[in-house]
Amino acid sequence: MNVLGQQLVNGLFIGGMYSLFAVGYTLVFGVLDILNLAHAAVFTMGGLAALWLVQSAGLSIWAAFPLATLLAGVLGLLVNQVAFVPLRRRPDTYFSGLISSIAMAIIFEALAMQIFGAHNVRFPAGTVPVVIWRLGGITITLLQVEILATVVLLMVTLTQLLKRARIGKAIRAVAENQRAARLLGINVDGVIAFTFFLSSALGGAAGILFGLYFDSLSPDMGRPIELKGLAVIVLGGMGSVPGAILGGLAFGLSEVLTVAISGTSNLRDAVAFTMLFAIMLLRPSGILGKGRTREA
Amino acid sequence: MLEVKGLTVAYGLVEAVRDLNFSVARGTVVSLVGPNGAGKTTTLNALSGVVPVAAGGIALEGRDITRVSSHRRVAKGLVQVPEGRLVLAGMSVRENLELGAYRRPSQEVAGDIARMEELFPILADKRETPAGSLSGGEQQMLAMARGLMARPKLLLLDEPSLGLAPLVVKMIFEIVKELKSQGQTILLVEQNVYQSLAVSDYAYVVENGSIVLEGAADKLSADPAVARAYLGQTV
Repeated sequence: MNVLGQQLVNGLFIGGMYSLFAVGYTLVFGVLDILNLAHAAVFTMGGLAALWLVQSAGLSIWAAFPLATLLAGVLGLLVNQVAFVPLRRRPDTYFSGLISSIAMAIIFEALAMQIFGAHNVRFPAGTVPVVIWRLGGITITLLQVEILATVVLLMVTLTQLLKRARIGKAIRAVAENQRAARLLGINVDGVIAFTFFLSSALGGAAGILFGLYFDSLSPDMGRPIELKGLAVIVLGGMGSVPGAILGGLAFGLSEVLTVAISGTSNLRDAVAFTMLFAIMLLRPSGILGKGRTREA
Repeated sequence: MLEVKGLTVAYGLVEAVRDLNFSVARGTVVSLVGPNGAGKTTTLNALSGVVPVAAGGIALEGRDITRVSSHRRVAKGLVQVPEGRLVLAGMSVRENLELGAYRRPSQEVAGDIARMEELFPILADKRETPAGSLSGGEQQMLAMARGLMARPKLLLLDEPSLGLAPLVVKMIFEIVKELKSQGQTILLVEQNVYQSLAVSDYAYVVENGSIVLEGAADKLSADPAVARAYLGQTV
């Protein structure tokens, strides 16, 4: 029972980070109907930038976290400007954007390799104080609590921003109909750039949390989460922010439960991705997805 | 208010409108009428800056805006209510109205929404309803109210009566009259020639991308050639 309880708790933390990462994919997809495949590389850059700020610049993680998150956001602006804006008027913009964003990902990964080397690195010991609680046989660390609090805070802020803020309403308007948004006086190109900033900042934040949680960072750490993130947004419903949050949790829980039940981690990914097929059969538009209607 | 000189818009090699010259005086309602495909909507889209101008110039209040981006034109007071309404279906009536005031100071928005709910009472009843579940006529009223939320100096109305039941069409033209009496300057594009001439001061007849006839609206509606071609009358 305690093993199961422990795994559920672990699944919650891992799932929370998947959610944070996947929300970035879904934001850009919701606005542009386009997948930004440089997202996982920005996730990596966020984690490595925080590491550099802590290790080489001597900042505390509390200062490094927001700075590295902002830097990831700026990388998102760069991805938009270099990989997407020049292609926007092309008739094959969906496909060519996909390819050029992969190119950006490769460039980021190579730069990271050049700067940090091709091996695993970690935050210095004591970056986050090690505090451990035991509650009825379930172990929870201070780091886990901080990660979950950060994820929840960022998600609530994002949801409120989209719901109530002027820029949030503009993002939703652009997502629904770019022509209508333009006629309302919304600077559509500016809103798209801001969406990339937001999406990438969240992805970078996920990278930092991931590096802290697994106590390991590397230039290719984005690879395994890239596909999981895509699975999460399909699971939750393409373009739906609450869907990405739920999908991330479902994915994280399915992973740890598989390990708990089967006793090994061999089947972990197989079960998680099988769940993806099951959801697609039962609810083709995802858990919270709606049949999106696009204008002709 | 609006001066258009030599406006030419091309899609690829095809010129959709060619060398258009027209103007809209402050406080008047001016119509562009003509058959489907004449280039009326293209003209409005060029005015709004959502299709590029191949040649010619557009001036609003004496200032050239030909190269100004579409969102800045809205800020300058040139606001279009598009054909097909383009309400944001997933957002509530209220959110649609708020987005209409996107370029306005936020402290004026609540008061303006109250004014719109007075002018279009149906919108007050459906404040929290998603715009997509409104009827066609209600969506048209929402689109017009949303356009007015920007406090336009010049309101461009593209086919406001298209696809609506006769009773609703009548209501839409009543609202145009009401706006006119409040001093709103309007450029109206319509296939419904008879009704649009009835609310207009001046009109241009567009055919195949060119203006073929222009004049005071009452003169045009009395013109036997116009009557024969557009009003379905045999004279």
